[in-house]
Amino acid sequence: MNKILFSSVSMKFVMALAGLFLLLFLPVHLAINLMLLKNDPEPFNSAAGFMSSFPVIKVIEVILFAALLIHLFYGIYLQIRNWIARPARYTTGTRTKVSFFSKFMIWTGLSVLTFLILHFFNFFFIKLGLVPGNPDDFYSHAHALFKIPAYNYIYLACFVLLGLHLFHAFSSAFQTLGLNHRIWTPVVKVFARVWSIGIPAGFALISLTLWLFR
Amino acid sequence: MNLTLKIWRQKNAKAKGNFVTYKMENVSPAMSFLEMLDALNEKLVRENEDPVAFDHDCREGICGSCGMYINGHPHGPVPAVTTCHLSMRYFSDGDTIRIEPWRARAFPVIKDLIVDRSAFDRIQSEGGFISINTGSAPEANLIPVRKADADTAFDASICIGCGACVAACKNASAMLFVSARVSQYALLPQGRTEARERVRAMVSIMDELGFGSCSNTGACEAECPKEIKLTNIARLNREYHKAY
Repeated sequence: MNKILFSSVSMKFVMALAGLFLLLFLPVHLAINLMLLKNDPEPFNSAAGFMSSFPVIKVIEVILFAALLIHLFYGIYLQIRNWIARPARYTTGTRTKVSFFSKFMIWTGLSVLTFLILHFFNFFFIKLGLVPGNPDDFYSHAHALFKIPAYNYIYLACFVLLGLHLFHAFSSAFQTLGLNHRIWTPVVKVFARVWSIGIPAGFALISLTLWLFR
Repeated sequence: MNLTLKIWRQKNAKAKGNFVTYKMENVSPAMSFLEMLDALNEKLVRENEDPVAFDHDCREGICGSCGMYINGHPHGPVPAVTTCHLSMRYFSDGDTIRIEPWRARAFPVIKDLIVDRSAFDRIQSEGGFISINTGSAPEANLIPVRKADADTAFDASICIGCGACVAACKNASAMLFVSARVSQYALLPQGRTEARERVRAMVSIMDELGFGSCSNTGACEAECPKEIKLTNIARLNREYHKAY
């Protein structure tokens, strides 16, 4: 049983599934965040309230956290194993042409995690009552945060890094799941690129609009 | 042409290695890379110095022995050739060439440029075969095989086990090698019978021997002298998931 659970292929499989699940959450979050662009706080606050109270969403939230923890744990564990597998580096460096962003997945991933922790402190922990704040008016809270230049710098940097992470991760997950097809793999690759640029760009656009134009 | 060679010298597995610089003069562009190293060794022997240890056997690009890391590439900068087929005409007069052994925990350095690749033999012995008594050769058309499957299986089977995939991968992963072995059998009816046991056993020993996991960077495919495709890794993943 241990051989199945802790084989590199199984761990990558679980990691890919968890990653794809996290990917699906992003457009939902973006759709809600787009309501921040309205002058009326009601739609955003209602959507945020719905997300934190609807039972089905609560279940999905638990799965989402599990997916995040699994993706994180396996990602770090496999990376450590990979570092051990190559104890001595080439002194000449490497000139092999590879998918560029694939070389920095652990670093882009950990950077996004750092932001996520900050994000939890800013919103999720308020909802849980662990941090002081008004959970019924995240609209005003978000607007206030986007007025702080430093927050915007961090926010924008995070979504650039998330985009770089997804640029490789999306199509890589399909390969890890064994889903490779003569016709569909190139389609998935194009879709993955559109997704990895489009979704982070959407989040960045909200930040820039609220920071610079409101 | 005249060249400067910076070659990794290491007395044995436990010794610390370092680069040693050698000047080579009047190297013919018609030489292969290994012939150039032979010429260097003849010179070193004449000068009562220890010749550079490097692995080689067939010198026809099929045995997979002659792996070395040349100027940042396994088997050198020319795509789809082994070191023995790497011609000196691809280098220019005055070039400095840096030569290192494969770097991977599973491939420890034995001496200079020679690494112990027996880890691949261990993987092969775990499932890279069909355990049936074939008897005499059967009638060729007795078991129909799709032409596309036969071709893909053949393309996978030409892997020479040189280890360039491991050398190129940032994780020192052996997934391309293992996937080629798994694919060549999984695609053919004779190999399908034991496909589940084979893929389980080969992945298990691969992990045990300390190879890294696959990050899908594509470095292995880019440097494979036999142009083994990444689609084989997807097939390995598929076969592994199906096996449980």
